[in-house]
Amino acid sequence: MKTGISVEVNGSARSAAVEPRTLLVHFLRDDLGLTGTHVGCETTNCGSCAVLLDGRPVKSCTVLAVQANGKEVTTIEGIGTPERLHPIQFAFWKKHGLQCGFCTPGMIISAYALLKKNANPDDAEIRRALSGNLCRCTGYSKIIESVKYAAKLQKKGKVEFSVGPRRHKRAESGEYSGESW
Amino acid sequence: MPLMKLRIVSPSHVIDLNGLKELEYVRREDGSFVIGALTRIAEIESSEMLRKDCPILSECAYQIADPLVRNLGTIGGNVSHADPTNDMPAVMIASDAEMVVEGPEGVRRLNASEFFLDAFTTALRQGEILKELRLPARKTKASAYSKLERQSGDFGIVGVGVSLLLSQDGRCVECGIGMTGAGPTVVRAKRAESAVRGTKVAASAIERAATLAAEDARPVADLRGSAEYKRAMVAVMTKRALRISLKRARSSQR
Repeated sequence: MKTGISVEVNGSARSAAVEPRTLLVHFLRDDLGLTGTHVGCETTNCGSCAVLLDGRPVKSCTVLAVQANGKEVTTIEGIGTPERLHPIQFAFWKKHGLQCGFCTPGMIISAYALLKKNANPDDAEIRRALSGNLCRCTGYSKIIESVKYAAKLQKKGKVEFSVGPRRHKRAESGEYSGESW
Repeated sequence: MPLMKLRIVSPSHVIDLNGLKELEYVRREDGSFVIGALTRIAEIESSEMLRKDCPILSECAYQIADPLVRNLGTIGGNVSHADPTNDMPAVMIASDAEMVVEGPEGVRRLNASEFFLDAFTTALRQGEILKELRLPARKTKASAYSKLERQSGDFGIVGVGVSLLLSQDGRCVECGIGMTGAGPTVVRAKRAESAVRGTKVAASAIERAATLAAEDARPVADLRGSAEYKRAMVAVMTKRALRISLKRARSSQR
Protein backbone atom coordinates (compact mmCIF):
# COMPACT_ATOMS: atom_id res chain seq x y z
CA MET A 1 0.00 0.00 0.00
CA LYS A 2 1.40 3.36 -1.00
CA THR A 3 1.41 6.46 1.13
CA GLY A 4 1.11 9.99 -0.17
CA ILE A 5 3.92 12.35 0.79
CA SER A 6 4.79 15.93 -0.04
CA VAL A 7 8.32 17.12 0.34
CA GLU A 8 9.85 20.45 -0.57
CA VAL A 9 12.82 19.46 -2.66
CA ASN A 10 15.30 22.16 -3.67
CA GLY A 11 12.66 24.78 -3.15
CA SER A 12 9.77 23.21 -5.06
CA ALA A 13 6.92 21.20 -3.61
CA ARG A 14 6.94 17.60 -4.79
CA SER A 15 4.23 15.08 -4.08
CA ALA A 16 4.24 11.37 -4.72
CA ALA A 17 2.81 8.09 -3.55
CA VAL A 18 5.56 5.88 -2.18
CA GLU A 19 5.76 2.54 -0.49
CA PRO A 20 6.48 3.05 3.21
CA ARG A 21 9.69 1.04 2.87
CA THR A 22 11.12 3.41 0.23
CA LEU A 23 14.31 5.10 1.34
CA LEU A 24 14.60 8.85 0.87
CA VAL A 25 17.58 8.38 -1.44
CA HIS A 26 15.56 6.11 -3.73
CA PHE A 27 12.65 8.53 -3.72
CA LEU A 28 15.01 11.33 -4.78
CA ARG A 29 16.77 9.30 -7.45
CA ASP A 30 14.06 7.03 -8.82
CA ASP A 31 10.88 9.05 -8.35
CA LEU A 32 12.24 12.55 -8.82
CA GLY A 33 15.17 11.76 -11.11
CA LEU A 34 17.61 13.68 -8.91
CA THR A 35 20.53 11.35 -9.48
CA GLY A 36 23.13 13.74 -8.11
CA THR A 37 22.62 12.12 -4.73
CA HIS A 38 24.54 8.88 -4.86
CA VAL A 39 23.98 5.47 -3.33
CA GLY A 40 27.33 4.21 -2.10
CA CYS A 41 27.17 1.69 0.69
CA GLU A 42 23.50 1.85 1.66
CA THR A 43 24.56 0.97 5.20
CA THR A 44 25.00 4.46 6.73
CA ASN A 45 28.77 4.36 6.37
CA CYS A 46 29.92 6.25 3.31
CA GLY A 47 27.90 9.48 3.21
CA SER A 48 27.68 9.79 -0.57
CA CYS A 49 23.87 9.95 -0.13
CA ALA A 50 24.08 13.02 2.14
CA VAL A 51 21.34 15.61 1.71
CA LEU A 52 20.12 18.49 3.85
CA LEU A 53 16.93 17.59 5.71
CA ASP A 54 15.43 20.77 7.14
CA GLY A 55 18.88 22.29 6.74
CA ARG A 56 20.86 19.58 8.51
CA PRO A 57 23.05 17.10 6.66
CA VAL A 58 21.87 13.49 7.02
CA LYS A 59 22.40 10.19 5.23
CA SER A 60 19.39 9.77 3.00
CA CYS A 61 19.84 6.00 2.81
CA THR A 62 18.85 5.83 6.46
CA VAL A 63 15.74 7.97 6.27
CA LEU A 64 12.47 6.64 4.91
CA ALA A 65 10.85 8.80 2.27
CA VAL A 66 7.71 8.95 4.44
CA GLN A 67 9.82 10.47 7.23
CA ALA A 68 10.62 13.41 4.96
CA ASN A 69 6.93 14.19 4.54
CA GLY A 70 6.34 17.88 5.24
CA LYS A 71 10.05 18.63 5.38
CA GLU A 72 12.56 20.45 3.22
CA VAL A 73 15.23 18.54 1.37
CA THR A 74 18.20 20.08 -0.42
CA THR A 75 20.21 17.87 -2.73
CA ILE A 76 23.38 18.69 -4.65
CA GLU A 77 21.14 19.88 -7.50
CA GLY A 78 19.86 22.59 -5.15
CA ILE A 79 23.35 23.77 -4.22
CA GLY A 80 24.42 24.96 -7.66
CA THR A 81 24.13 24.27 -11.37
CA PRO A 82 26.79 23.60 -14.00
CA GLU A 83 26.27 27.16 -15.23
CA ARG A 84 26.31 28.71 -11.83
CA LEU A 85 28.50 26.73 -9.53
CA HIS A 86 28.27 27.29 -5.85
CA PRO A 87 31.61 28.50 -4.48
CA ILE A 88 32.13 25.12 -2.81
CA GLN A 89 31.61 23.38 -6.13
CA PHE A 90 33.92 25.82 -7.80
CA ALA A 91 36.53 25.25 -5.11
CA PHE A 92 36.34 21.47 -5.52
CA TRP A 93 36.88 21.91 -9.25
CA LYS A 94 39.67 24.46 -8.87
CA LYS A 95 41.56 22.58 -6.16
CA HIS A 96 41.04 19.09 -7.60
CA GLY A 97 38.87 18.05 -4.67
CA LEU A 98 37.57 15.10 -6.62
CA GLN A 99 38.95 12.18 -8.53
CA CYS A 100 36.19 9.74 -9.50
CA GLY A 101 33.59 12.13 -8.13
CA PHE A 102 31.34 9.54 -6.54
CA CYS A 103 31.62 10.87 -2.98
CA THR A 104 31.62 14.52 -4.08
CA PRO A 105 27.90 15.35 -3.74
CA GLY A 106 27.99 14.12 -0.13
CA MET A 107 31.26 15.90 0.58
CA ILE A 108 29.82 19.16 -0.73
CA ILE A 109 26.62 18.77 1.31
CA SER A 110 28.68 18.24 4.49
CA ALA A 111 31.03 21.10 3.60
CA TYR A 112 28.05 23.33 2.93
CA ALA A 113 26.56 22.61 6.34
CA LEU A 114 29.94 23.19 7.99
CA LEU A 115 30.57 26.54 6.32
CA LYS A 116 27.11 27.74 7.21
CA LYS A 117 27.89 27.15 10.88
CA ASN A 118 31.55 28.05 10.79
CA ALA A 119 32.76 30.40 8.04
CA ASN A 120 36.41 29.96 8.91
CA PRO A 121 37.08 26.35 9.85
CA ASP A 122 40.57 25.04 10.52
CA ASP A 123 41.84 21.71 9.21
CA ALA A 124 40.70 19.77 12.25
CA GLU A 125 37.20 21.21 12.06
CA ILE A 126 36.95 20.36 8.37
CA ARG A 127 38.18 16.81 8.96
CA ARG A 128 35.70 16.38 11.74
CA ALA A 129 32.78 17.75 9.73
CA LEU A 130 33.61 15.43 6.82
CA SER A 131 34.24 12.38 8.99
CA GLY A 132 30.92 10.86 7.89
CA ASN A 133 31.94 11.00 4.23
CA LEU A 134 34.29 8.43 2.79
CA CYS A 135 36.39 8.91 -0.35
CA ARG A 136 37.42 5.60 -1.93
CA CYS A 137 40.01 7.45 -4.03
CA THR A 138 41.45 8.67 -0.71
CA GLY A 139 41.75 12.21 -2.02
CA TYR A 140 41.19 13.70 1.39
CA SER A 141 44.00 16.27 1.35
CA LYS A 142 42.64 17.91 -1.77
CA ILE A 143 39.11 17.81 -0.39
CA ILE A 144 40.22 19.64 2.73
CA GLU A 145 42.10 22.17 0.62
CA SER A 146 38.96 22.67 -1.45
CA VAL A 147 36.82 23.39 1.59
CA LYS A 148 39.38 25.88 2.85
CA TYR A 149 39.46 27.55 -0.52
CA ALA A 150 35.65 27.69 -0.56
CA ALA A 151 35.73 29.40 2.82
CA LYS A 152 38.19 31.93 1.41
CA LEU A 153 36.00 32.61 -1.63
CA GLN A 154 33.07 33.13 0.63
CA LYS A 155 35.00 35.57 2.80
CA LYS A 156 35.90 37.61 -0.26
CA GLY A 157 32.17 38.18 -0.47
CA LYS A 158 31.84 37.46 -4.14
CA VAL A 159 28.85 35.29 -3.50
CA GLU A 160 26.39 35.44 -0.69
CA PHE A 161 26.59 32.12 1.03
CA SER A 162 23.08 30.76 0.97
CA VAL A 163 21.46 28.07 -1.04
CA GLY A 164 18.17 26.55 -2.13
CA PRO A 165 16.65 28.20 -5.21
CA ARG A 166 13.93 29.93 -3.22
CA ARG A 167 16.27 31.55 -0.77
CA HIS A 168 19.05 32.01 -3.23
CA LYS A 169 20.00 35.66 -3.17
CA ARG A 170 23.02 36.91 -4.99
CA ALA A 171 25.09 39.45 -3.14
CA GLU A 172 25.13 43.08 -4.16
CA SER A 173 28.65 42.64 -5.43
CA GLY A 174 27.35 40.28 -8.07
CA GLU A 175 27.62 36.60 -8.66
CA TYR A 176 30.80 34.66 -8.60
CA SER A 177 32.85 35.42 -11.65
CA GLY A 178 36.37 35.43 -10.33
CA GLU A 179 37.83 32.77 -12.52
CA SER A 180 36.52 31.27 -15.71
CA TRP A 181 36.50 27.72 -17.03
CA MET B 1 16.90 0.97 10.16
CA PRO B 2 20.26 -0.75 9.65
CA LEU B 3 18.91 -3.85 11.39
CA MET B 4 15.96 -3.95 9.02
CA LYS B 5 18.22 -3.49 6.02
CA LEU B 6 20.42 -6.34 7.16
CA ARG B 7 17.26 -8.44 7.64
CA ILE B 8 18.18 -9.01 11.26
CA VAL B 9 14.77 -7.74 12.27
CA SER B 10 11.59 -7.61 10.22
CA PRO B 11 8.95 -5.93 12.33
CA SER B 12 5.36 -6.07 11.15
CA HIS B 13 4.88 -2.45 12.11
CA VAL B 14 7.26 0.46 12.46
CA ILE B 15 6.14 3.61 14.22
CA ASP B 16 8.13 6.79 13.65
CA LEU B 17 8.34 8.73 16.90
CA ASN B 18 10.23 11.62 15.32
CA GLY B 19 7.08 13.74 15.21
CA LEU B 20 7.04 14.00 19.02
CA LYS B 21 8.80 17.36 19.19
CA GLU B 22 7.85 17.69 22.87
CA LEU B 23 10.42 15.00 23.65
CA GLU B 24 13.33 17.09 22.34
CA TYR B 25 14.85 19.12 25.16
CA VAL B 26 17.91 19.55 27.36
CA ARG B 27 17.40 21.32 30.67
CA ARG B 28 18.53 21.43 34.24
CA GLU B 29 15.95 21.01 36.96
CA ASP B 30 15.88 19.74 40.55
CA GLY B 31 19.59 19.01 40.51
CA SER B 32 19.43 16.86 37.40
CA PHE B 33 20.17 17.20 33.73
CA VAL B 34 16.92 16.25 32.09
CA ILE B 35 17.10 15.12 28.49
CA GLY B 36 14.11 14.31 26.28
CA ALA B 37 14.46 10.91 24.63
CA LEU B 38 14.18 12.36 21.13
CA THR B 39 16.95 14.89 21.61
CA ARG B 40 19.43 14.50 18.77
CA ILE B 41 22.96 13.44 19.61
CA ALA B 42 24.11 16.58 17.73
CA GLU B 43 22.11 18.77 20.14
CA ILE B 44 23.71 17.11 23.14
CA GLU B 45 27.13 17.51 21.59
CA SER B 46 26.63 21.24 21.03
CA SER B 47 25.09 22.07 24.43
CA GLU B 48 27.40 24.44 26.34
CA MET B 49 25.68 23.61 29.61
CA LEU B 50 26.39 19.90 29.22
CA ARG B 51 29.96 20.50 28.11
CA LYS B 52 30.60 22.44 31.29
CA ASP B 53 28.70 20.47 33.90
CA CYS B 54 27.98 17.09 32.35
CA PRO B 55 31.14 16.33 30.37
CA ILE B 56 30.52 12.57 30.26
CA LEU B 57 27.39 13.07 28.17
CA SER B 58 28.94 15.74 26.02
CA GLU B 59 32.08 13.69 25.33
CA CYS B 60 30.11 10.57 24.62
CA ALA B 61 27.88 12.40 22.12
CA TYR B 62 30.93 13.89 20.42
CA GLN B 63 32.36 10.41 19.85
CA ILE B 64 29.26 8.64 18.52
CA ALA B 65 29.37 7.67 14.83
CA ASP B 66 29.80 10.72 12.58
CA PRO B 67 28.19 14.18 12.26
CA LEU B 68 25.62 13.07 9.68
CA VAL B 69 24.46 10.23 11.90
CA ARG B 70 24.41 12.42 14.99
CA ASN B 71 22.05 14.85 13.25
CA LEU B 72 19.39 12.13 13.13
CA GLY B 73 20.29 9.78 15.96
CA THR B 74 18.62 10.38 19.31
CA ILE B 75 19.78 9.73 22.85
CA GLY B 76 16.65 7.69 23.54
CA GLY B 77 17.34 5.54 20.51
CA ASN B 78 20.94 4.97 21.51
CA VAL B 79 19.88 3.99 25.04
CA SER B 80 16.89 1.79 24.27
CA HIS B 81 18.43 0.07 21.26
CA ALA B 82 20.89 -1.34 23.84
CA ASP B 83 23.41 -2.60 21.34
CA PRO B 84 26.34 -3.77 23.48
CA THR B 85 28.55 -1.33 21.59
CA ASN B 86 26.18 1.64 21.93
CA ASP B 87 27.92 4.24 24.08
CA MET B 88 25.08 5.97 25.91
CA PRO B 89 24.17 3.01 28.18
CA ALA B 90 27.61 3.23 29.83
CA VAL B 91 27.03 6.94 30.46
CA MET B 92 23.69 6.15 32.09
CA ILE B 93 25.27 3.48 34.30
CA ALA B 94 28.25 5.63 35.29
CA SER B 95 26.08 8.61 36.22
CA ASP B 96 23.31 6.54 37.87
CA ALA B 97 20.74 8.03 35.55
CA GLU B 98 17.04 7.50 35.87
CA MET B 99 14.97 6.46 32.88
CA VAL B 100 11.42 7.71 32.63
CA VAL B 101 9.29 5.34 30.56
CA GLU B 102 5.63 5.56 29.70
CA GLY B 103 3.12 3.09 28.36
CA PRO B 104 -0.57 2.29 28.50
CA GLU B 105 -0.25 1.50 32.21
CA GLY B 106 1.32 4.82 33.08
CA VAL B 107 4.74 6.21 33.90
CA ARG B 108 7.56 4.18 35.45
CA ARG B 109 10.93 5.43 36.63
CA LEU B 110 13.77 2.96 36.36
CA ASN B 111 17.34 3.18 37.51
CA ALA B 112 19.91 2.59 34.77
CA SER B 113 21.02 -0.57 36.60
CA GLU B 114 17.62 -2.16 36.13
CA PHE B 115 17.05 -0.87 32.60
CA PHE B 116 19.67 -2.77 30.60
CA LEU B 117 18.97 -6.50 30.65
CA ASP B 118 20.84 -8.07 27.75
CA ALA B 119 21.99 -7.43 24.18
CA PHE B 120 19.28 -5.34 22.47
CA THR B 121 17.04 -6.01 25.47
CA THR B 122 15.84 -3.48 28.02
CA ALA B 123 13.21 -3.37 30.74
CA LEU B 124 10.83 -1.60 28.34
CA ARG B 125 7.58 -3.53 28.13
CA GLN B 126 5.45 -3.91 25.05
CA GLY B 127 3.78 -0.60 24.26
CA GLU B 128 6.18 1.42 26.42
CA ILE B 129 8.54 4.12 25.20
CA LEU B 130 11.49 5.79 26.83
CA LYS B 131 10.51 9.41 27.43
CA GLU B 132 13.24 11.07 29.43
CA LEU B 133 16.68 10.57 30.93
CA ARG B 134 17.63 12.20 34.21
CA LEU B 135 21.30 12.47 35.14
CA PRO B 136 22.07 13.65 38.68
CA ALA B 137 24.15 16.82 38.29
CA ARG B 138 26.28 16.35 41.39
CA LYS B 139 27.64 13.11 39.94
CA THR B 140 28.26 14.34 36.41
CA LYS B 141 30.23 17.48 37.25
CA ALA B 142 33.47 15.47 37.40
CA SER B 143 32.96 12.82 34.75
CA ALA B 144 34.42 11.61 31.49
CA TYR B 145 33.87 9.18 28.65
CA SER B 146 36.91 7.59 27.00
CA LYS B 147 36.45 5.57 23.88
CA LEU B 148 38.78 3.64 21.62
CA GLU B 149 37.81 3.59 17.96
CA ARG B 150 39.28 1.68 15.07
CA GLN B 151 38.37 4.48 12.70
CA SER B 152 36.16 7.53 12.74
CA GLY B 153 32.50 6.62 12.58
CA ASP B 154 32.94 2.97 13.44
CA PHE B 155 31.50 1.45 16.57
CA GLY B 156 33.93 1.68 19.44
CA ILE B 157 36.28 -1.13 20.33
CA VAL B 158 35.63 -0.41 23.99
CA GLY B 159 34.52 2.67 25.91
CA VAL B 160 34.47 3.57 29.58
CA GLY B 161 32.38 6.21 31.34
CA VAL B 162 33.32 7.46 34.79
CA SER B 163 31.70 9.79 37.29
CA LEU B 164 33.37 10.89 40.52
CA LEU B 165 32.16 12.80 43.54
CA LEU B 166 34.81 13.96 45.98
CA SER B 167 34.31 15.32 49.49
CA GLN B 168 35.94 18.58 50.61
CA ASP B 169 39.06 16.74 51.78
CA GLY B 170 39.43 15.06 48.38
CA ARG B 171 38.08 11.66 49.38
CA CYS B 172 35.91 9.87 46.82
CA VAL B 173 32.32 9.71 48.07
CA GLU B 174 30.77 8.22 44.98
CA CYS B 175 32.15 6.59 41.87
CA GLY B 176 30.32 5.21 38.86
CA ILE B 177 31.98 3.22 36.07
CA GLY B 178 30.13 1.89 33.02
CA MET B 179 31.80 -0.11 30.24
CA THR B 180 30.84 -0.30 26.55
CA GLY B 181 31.70 -3.31 24.41
CA ALA B 182 32.61 -5.28 27.51
CA GLY B 183 29.80 -7.85 27.51
CA PRO B 184 26.41 -8.71 26.03
CA THR B 185 25.10 -5.44 27.45
CA VAL B 186 26.60 -2.49 29.30
CA VAL B 187 28.64 -3.62 32.30
CA ARG B 188 28.95 -1.80 35.62
CA ALA B 189 32.50 -2.20 36.94
CA LYS B 190 31.35 -2.74 40.53
CA ARG B 191 34.66 -3.89 41.99
CA ALA B 192 36.51 -1.05 40.30
CA GLU B 193 34.00 1.44 41.73
CA SER B 194 34.61 0.02 45.23
CA ALA B 195 38.36 0.24 44.72
CA VAL B 196 38.05 4.00 44.20
CA ARG B 197 35.27 4.83 46.66
CA GLY B 198 36.57 5.97 50.05
CA THR B 199 40.10 6.58 48.77
CA LYS B 200 41.86 9.81 47.85
CA VAL B 201 42.03 8.44 44.27
CA ALA B 202 45.78 8.08 44.25
CA ALA B 203 47.54 6.59 41.24
CA SER B 204 47.58 3.20 42.96
CA ALA B 205 43.79 3.24 43.37
CA ILE B 206 43.38 4.08 39.69
CA GLU B 207 45.71 1.22 38.71
CA ARG B 208 43.80 -1.17 40.94
CA ALA B 209 40.44 -0.04 39.53
CA ALA B 210 41.68 -0.49 35.96
CA THR B 211 42.81 -4.04 36.70
CA LEU B 212 39.48 -4.90 38.31
CA ALA B 213 37.49 -3.32 35.48
CA ALA B 214 39.42 -5.36 32.93
CA GLU B 215 38.84 -8.52 34.96
CA ASP B 216 35.11 -7.87 35.09
CA ALA B 217 34.86 -7.13 31.37
CA ARG B 218 33.60 -9.97 29.18
CA PRO B 219 34.33 -8.72 25.68
CA VAL B 220 33.93 -10.96 22.66
CA ALA B 221 36.46 -11.30 19.85
CA ASP B 222 35.37 -9.79 16.56
CA LEU B 223 36.85 -7.84 13.66
CA ARG B 224 37.68 -5.04 16.09
CA GLY B 225 40.03 -7.17 18.12
CA SER B 226 40.50 -10.23 20.28
CA ALA B 227 38.87 -10.54 23.69
CA GLU B 228 42.29 -10.27 25.29
CA TYR B 229 43.12 -7.06 23.46
CA LYS B 230 39.78 -5.52 24.33
CA ARG B 231 40.18 -6.42 27.99
CA ALA B 232 43.57 -4.74 28.02
CA MET B 233 42.02 -1.68 26.40
CA VAL B 234 39.26 -1.59 29.05
CA ALA B 235 42.04 -1.11 31.60
CA VAL B 236 43.57 1.72 29.56
CA MET B 237 40.24 3.49 29.00
CA THR B 238 39.30 3.10 32.67
CA LYS B 239 42.53 4.77 33.73
CA ARG B 240 42.08 7.51 31.19
CA ALA B 241 38.49 8.30 32.18
CA LEU B 242 39.33 8.15 35.90
CA ARG B 243 42.26 10.54 35.49
CA ILE B 244 40.25 13.04 33.47
CA SER B 245 37.37 12.87 35.96
CA LEU B 246 39.77 13.35 38.85
CA LYS B 247 41.29 16.38 37.20
CA ARG B 248 37.83 17.82 36.71
CA ALA B 249 36.86 17.07 40.30
CA ARG B 250 39.94 18.83 41.65
CA SER B 251 39.66 21.86 39.39
CA SER B 252 36.02 22.36 40.36
CA GLN B 253 36.97 22.25 44.06
CA ARG B 254 39.49 24.99 43.69
